[in-house]
Amino acid sequence: MGGQALTLRASIEGIGLIGPGLDGWSLSSGLLAGTSPYASRPTVLPAPDLLPPAERRRVGRVVKLALATGLQATGSAGVDAAELPAVFASSGGDGHNCHEICVALTESTPQISPTRFHNSVHNAAAGYWSIATGAKEPSNALCAHDASFSAGLLEAMAQVVVDQTQVLLVAYDAQYPPPLYQCRPIPDAFGVAFVLSPNAGVRTIAQVAVSIGGEAGDRMMDAVLEALRASIPAARCLPLLQKLACRENACVHLDYLDRQCLTVEVTPCR
Amino acid sequence: MKSPLPMKPLLLASFTATSCVGRGTQATLDALRARRGGLARCTFADVRLETCTGEVSGVDGEALPAALRDFDCRNNRLAQLGLHQDGFASAVQESAGRWGPRRVGVFLGTSTSGILQTEMAYRRLDPISGELPADFHYAQTQNSFSLADFARRALGLAGPAVVVSSACSSSAKVFGSARRMIEAGLIDAAVVGGVDSLCLTTLYGFHSLQLTARGPCRPFDVARDGISISEAAAFALLERCPDSLDAEAILLLGVGESSDAYHMSSPQPEGLGARAAMAAALHSAGLQAQDIDYINLHGTGTMSNDSAESRAVASLFDATVPCSSTKGATGHALGAAGALEAVICAIALQQDLAPAGINTKEPDPSLGLRYLLENRTARIARALSNSFGFGGTNCSLVLGRAD
Repeated sequence: MGGQALTLRASIEGIGLIGPGLDGWSLSSGLLAGTSPYASRPTVLPAPDLLPPAERRRVGRVVKLALATGLQATGSAGVDAAELPAVFASSGGDGHNCHEICVALTESTPQISPTRFHNSVHNAAAGYWSIATGAKEPSNALCAHDASFSAGLLEAMAQVVVDQTQVLLVAYDAQYPPPLYQCRPIPDAFGVAFVLSPNAGVRTIAQVAVSIGGEAGDRMMDAVLEALRASIPAARCLPLLQKLACRENACVHLDYLDRQCLTVEVTPCR
Repeated sequence: MKSPLPMKPLLLASFTATSCVGRGTQATLDALRARRGGLARCTFADVRLETCTGEVSGVDGEALPAALRDFDCRNNRLAQLGLHQDGFASAVQESAGRWGPRRVGVFLGTSTSGILQTEMAYRRLDPISGELPADFHYAQTQNSFSLADFARRALGLAGPAVVVSSACSSSAKVFGSARRMIEAGLIDAAVVGGVDSLCLTTLYGFHSLQLTARGPCRPFDVARDGISISEAAAFALLERCPDSLDAEAILLLGVGESSDAYHMSSPQPEGLGARAAMAAALHSAGLQAQDIDYINLHGTGTMSNDSAESRAVASLFDATVPCSSTKGATGHALGAAGALEAVICAIALQQDLAPAGINTKEPDPSLGLRYLLENRTARIARALSNSFGFGGTNCSLVLGRAD
């Protein structure tokens, strides 16, 4: 098989989207397609009602973001969240929690609360998702810095193709507080989720074919959306979301690693 | 849970491990044979905790290449130290020469990456502006991806790269991610493994959960009292099986993963998630429980892990299967544990050596496993390795001999 680029194919069955000025796929697709004007405003995170009360109090913004985005996608796909393997991709996890731990560790006798410590793991969102939904299927927790969305998409596509299963992909990032903000200036929370399936069905939104290749990722024409794409790693998916919103056959290039992109061919179904 | 499809076996074309018991596979084998552990009273940084750690000696002396100096942190120094044992880096470069650097992926696990760098930088904040020091490089050190980014650059690779950071299952799960990418045809070879290094977050964090042992950890002992945190770098080069294999060749036969859906920091008490992962690994390998000759337990030494894991093992396997946790020797290398113990299984398979669980004096009779207190020399054709983590993430690997 050496040498040739390979294409992974899947159907998008459901989409979740939460970000600045973006509240769910159905309310956002017109903004992304350009049929109504997009205006940025601070991201509104739904309460994590699905979690047991004890856990609900313990979770930070990134977990609320990941849970809500994932539930939008499984809801719109009409699938049971408990039945799906899941891929969680984030460029950095919970920056506030990390900050509080690093501050505590500057004390002469450091004290970290147990909750802060277990929330510090990169797979916190995956763990809370499993607890909230009862999902006992495998979940993965990935990081590829600015390339985290594309890395998550590749992993999810590989699961769809190789394991012949539906997969939930959730990519999410939230802001870091100072002083970490100075070296990781993520301005707000952004989450995107897809339910991907090996087979098309009546709910299929589009079919996608993903391969590694291309020199440079596409940018957004709208300056405000481009600023969003460039400033939050999870929002690197925006060129793909825009093509999905436009419901046209399209070929999208998404930023991935250095001098490397993912090429996504989009064929809309409804 | 759905059963996974059977997988095509992959060859471990090269593998290596560096931990507190030694650098490389020969030193690791020597330590296992001698039942010699690497845990000692914690003297790391200015930590004042009544516990033992498994520190790798000489990490501080490791100098990164000038072009990669922004990546300088304990975790990447340990990664470099590990990559250069057993001719591993050369084997990767040979593979990249054969397949092309874009056809070799990097899939590494870590739980804390270079967070130590951030912990220390927070002690040097600008007294007026509160800003981090200018020599702090977030992306190259603290960020979880730092490890894969560093390894990919150091090895001159250009294929897909990602870090799996799922706490203590991280570097077992990388075998699954790499396996799928190879099977899908996106790549022809993969560097898999894990690196985790000592830092204050994990030492004080596990202490706050009252999960750290006072002395060297004693997995499965009736008087076990927690984990000994350690550090390690372990790697394997995965490739498709060629038509003919050496008799000594070690194969990845199965990968099984599951989620507990139970609690963030406690395992499901019946071990249901652990059982599901082991059953899935057997299924993906096309094997039955009786085909397994040795189990390298997750065996952290906490009351709850060892209890839940033993129930899971006992519910699936015959009571005669030899089991041990090698964490008594190596400590718990957290995000590197999965890869470290996969390499220990590879050594066990090559040497027909089921290593004893050291430090353990009196196996907990309520756990009911055949827990090895002495090294056992007998044919091992297939071994299973368990890795479980916070968030209820479980992964089991099956490795086997080619002959």
